[in-house]
Amino acid sequence: MKKLAVPLLAVLAAIGLAVSVYLVFYDAPLEYSRNAELQLNGSSLFFNQKIVYFHVGHAFWLFGAVFVSGLSSIAFLKTRNPRWDDIASASTDVAVAFGAVVLFTGSVWAKAAWDVWWKWEPRLTMSLLLWLILVGYVLVRRFAGPSADRIASGMAIFGMVVVPFVYVMVGEGNSHPQAAPGLNPSEGVVGKISPGMRPALWLSVASFLCWYVALLISRVQSTRAERELRELRERGFDLGVLS
Amino acid sequence: MAGIDRVEIRKLAKRYGSERALAGVTLDLAAGSMCALLGHNGAGKTTLLGIVSTLVRQTGGTVAYRSNGAEVTGAAVRREIGMLAHASLCYGELTARENLALIAGLYEVDGSAAALDGALDRVGLDRKAWDRAARTYSRGMLQRLALARALLTRPSLLLLDEPFTGLDRDGALSLGRQLGALRDAGAIVVVVTHDLEAIADRADHVAILRRGQLVFEERGAYTYEQLKDVYHRHAN
Amino acid sequence: MALLRHAARVAWKDLRIELRSREIVYTMAFFGGLLVVIFSFAFPRDVRAVRGAVPGMLWVAIALAGTIGLGRAFDRERENDTMRALLLAPVPRLAVFLGKAIATTVLVLAVAVVCAPMLAWLLDAPLFAYPGPLVLVVVLGAVGIAVIGSVFAATLLKVRSRDVLLPVILYPLLVPLFVAGTSSTSAQVAEFPNLDAAWYWIEFLGIYDSAFLVLSVWVFESLVIE
Repeated sequence: MKKLAVPLLAVLAAIGLAVSVYLVFYDAPLEYSRNAELQLNGSSLFFNQKIVYFHVGHAFWLFGAVFVSGLSSIAFLKTRNPRWDDIASASTDVAVAFGAVVLFTGSVWAKAAWDVWWKWEPRLTMSLLLWLILVGYVLVRRFAGPSADRIASGMAIFGMVVVPFVYVMVGEGNSHPQAAPGLNPSEGVVGKISPGMRPALWLSVASFLCWYVALLISRVQSTRAERELRELRERGFDLGVLS
Repeated sequence: MAGIDRVEIRKLAKRYGSERALAGVTLDLAAGSMCALLGHNGAGKTTLLGIVSTLVRQTGGTVAYRSNGAEVTGAAVRREIGMLAHASLCYGELTARENLALIAGLYEVDGSAAALDGALDRVGLDRKAWDRAARTYSRGMLQRLALARALLTRPSLLLLDEPFTGLDRDGALSLGRQLGALRDAGAIVVVVTHDLEAIADRADHVAILRRGQLVFEERGAYTYEQLKDVYHRHAN
Repeated sequence: MALLRHAARVAWKDLRIELRSREIVYTMAFFGGLLVVIFSFAFPRDVRAVRGAVPGMLWVAIALAGTIGLGRAFDRERENDTMRALLLAPVPRLAVFLGKAIATTVLVLAVAVVCAPMLAWLLDAPLFAYPGPLVLVVVLGAVGIAVIGSVFAATLLKVRSRDVLLPVILYPLLVPLFVAGTSSTSAQVAEFPNLDAAWYWIEFLGIYDSAFLVLSVWVFESLVIE
C-alpha cells in the first residue's frame, strides 16, 4: 500500500489538474472588472486573472506546509525521533518550491492587475515573509553543522507561531489598492470569490494538496533512505565488513 | 543527601544527525574510584562525558545516578557534579572571589568570605590575584581558579575533560595528586585525557573507547608502561 | 521565587561585567549613533519626507545595533566556555535564559536611549511628542528582540556560521515586531497624530512578546541542550 501512495497521489493530482484546467479555461466565468476606472484603462484582468487558480492553490499549501513543519518539529524536539525531523525538513523543501511559485504567479498577477511587478499587499507580503523564514530554515539545515536538525526545528516552531502575527499585521497596515473583484486583496489575506469561480478554485486547491502530499512523501522517503544508508555504512565499519 | 556513589551507564547511544558518536556503551562508575577514559579523537569520550554531565541528551540508553541505592534525578544531579575542562569555565572580567561568589550563589552553598578565601587558599592561588580580573591570570593560575570553582561545591562526581593540557610537568603531577586525594575521600572521578603519564599510577579503572564503542574495560592499578601498552592495543 | 532570583543573578552578572568593561554598550551605542548620522545624509533635505522616515531610522538602528549587541553578549559566554558552566549549575536552565534575556533587553534599550534623542535632535523630529507611548513601544520592542534573540543566540553558540545564521534566523521572525514598532512610532510622530493606531500597535507588540516569551520558556531547554 505504501508503495502505491506516491504514484496514486500523483495520478490524482494530474487528473485533478487536468479537470481544473478545463474548468478554469472553459467553465469559470471571465473576470470582468466592475471598477469603471479599470475598464476605461482597459486593464481589467479578464483572462489573466486565471493565474489566480494556480496562485491560490500553491499558497494554501505553502501555509499548510509551514504548519506541518512546525508541528513535526515540535514532535521531533519532544521525542528526538529522526522520522519527525525528516517530515519537517521535507515539508519545508516542498514549501520553498511552492512559495517560489506563489511569489512568481503573484508577481505576474500584480503586473496584470496593477501594472507593477510587486505590491506590498497583504497576501503577497505574507507569502514573501513565510518564504523567507522557510529559506532561512533550509540555510540553517545546510550550514549549521551536526546539530542542524535541532536548530532548524526551533526555527520551524517559531516560524509557525509567527504566522498569525504576520496575518494580523498585513491586514491592517497596508493601503487598499484598486483590485479586480474576482479576488479582492484589500479584504485581507483570504479574499472573496464569485460563485462561478468556486468549483475551479476548490478543485485546483485539492489537486495541489495531492501534489503537495505526493512530493512530501517522496521527499521523506528519499531522506529516510539516505539516512538509513549512512547508518548501515557505519555498522559495516564497526563490524569490519567495510573498510 | 549523601552524594552520588554510583553511576550506571547502560547501552548509551548518541547520534548527531546521522553521525553516530556513541553506540551501546555500558559502564559502571563507583565511589572512591578514578576512571581513566581513553581513546583517539572522535572516539566519543567527550560525548560520553557530556551525557554524564547532563549537558548532552542521549539518543538511546540510560544513565542512572544513585545515592545509597536511591536514584537521583534532575537538578539534584547537577548539584553533585564538578567539572574541570581545558577551558576555565570562569569569567575573565570577574575576579577570583567574584567568580566563586557567583558559583556559591547558583549552587546555594556557603558564599561567605571565609569559605571562598578558604577554597582559593586550598588550591594555592596567589593571594594577590584574588581581586584581579581572571583574564590577567597565567595559565597555571587560571587552572587553580578552575579547580577551586569545581571543588567549592564539594561535588561527589568529578568530571575532567583534558585537565592536564597546557600544564607543565609539576602542575600535572600536582593536579594528579589532588585528584587522587579526592578519590580517596570517596568521590567518583572520571578523567578524559591523552596524557597517560599524568594518570598513570593513579587511575584504578581504565575504559577505552573506539569509534563510539567501549572496546576495553578493566579495574586495577596501571603503571605508565601498562597504560601505553593497553592503549596501543585497543584504541586503534 | 527561586527561578527569578537565579535569573536576576545571571542578569546581574552580565550587567556587572558590562558596566566594568563597557565594551558592548559603547560599541553598540556608537554604531547606532553612526547609523543615525548616515541616515540623515541618505535622505533629502525636504523636512516632510525626512519626518516620515524617522520612525524607520529609529527601528533600523535598534534592529542592527541590537542584533550585534546580542551576538556579542553571547560570544562572551564562548570565551572560557562559561555557557557550559551556567547550564551545569543546578538552577533551572530557564533561569539562564531569563537572565540573558533581561541583560540583553537592557543593552538594546541602551541603543535606543542613544539613537532616539539623536534623531530628534539632528532631524528635528517630534519623536518625544508622546513620551509614554514611545517609551512603551521601545521597551516592548527591546524585550521582543531580547527574548527571541536569546533563544537562538544560545542555540547557535557552538555553531560555526553563527555570525551569519543568527540574523538569517532572527530578522524574518522579528518583522512583525519592526512593523509594529515603526507603525506605532509613525502614528505618534505624524503631522496629525493617531493615538488610537499607536496604542493598537503597542497592544499588538504586547501580545507578540507574551506569545514568544511563553514559547521560548517552553522550548529553550530542548533547543540548547544538544
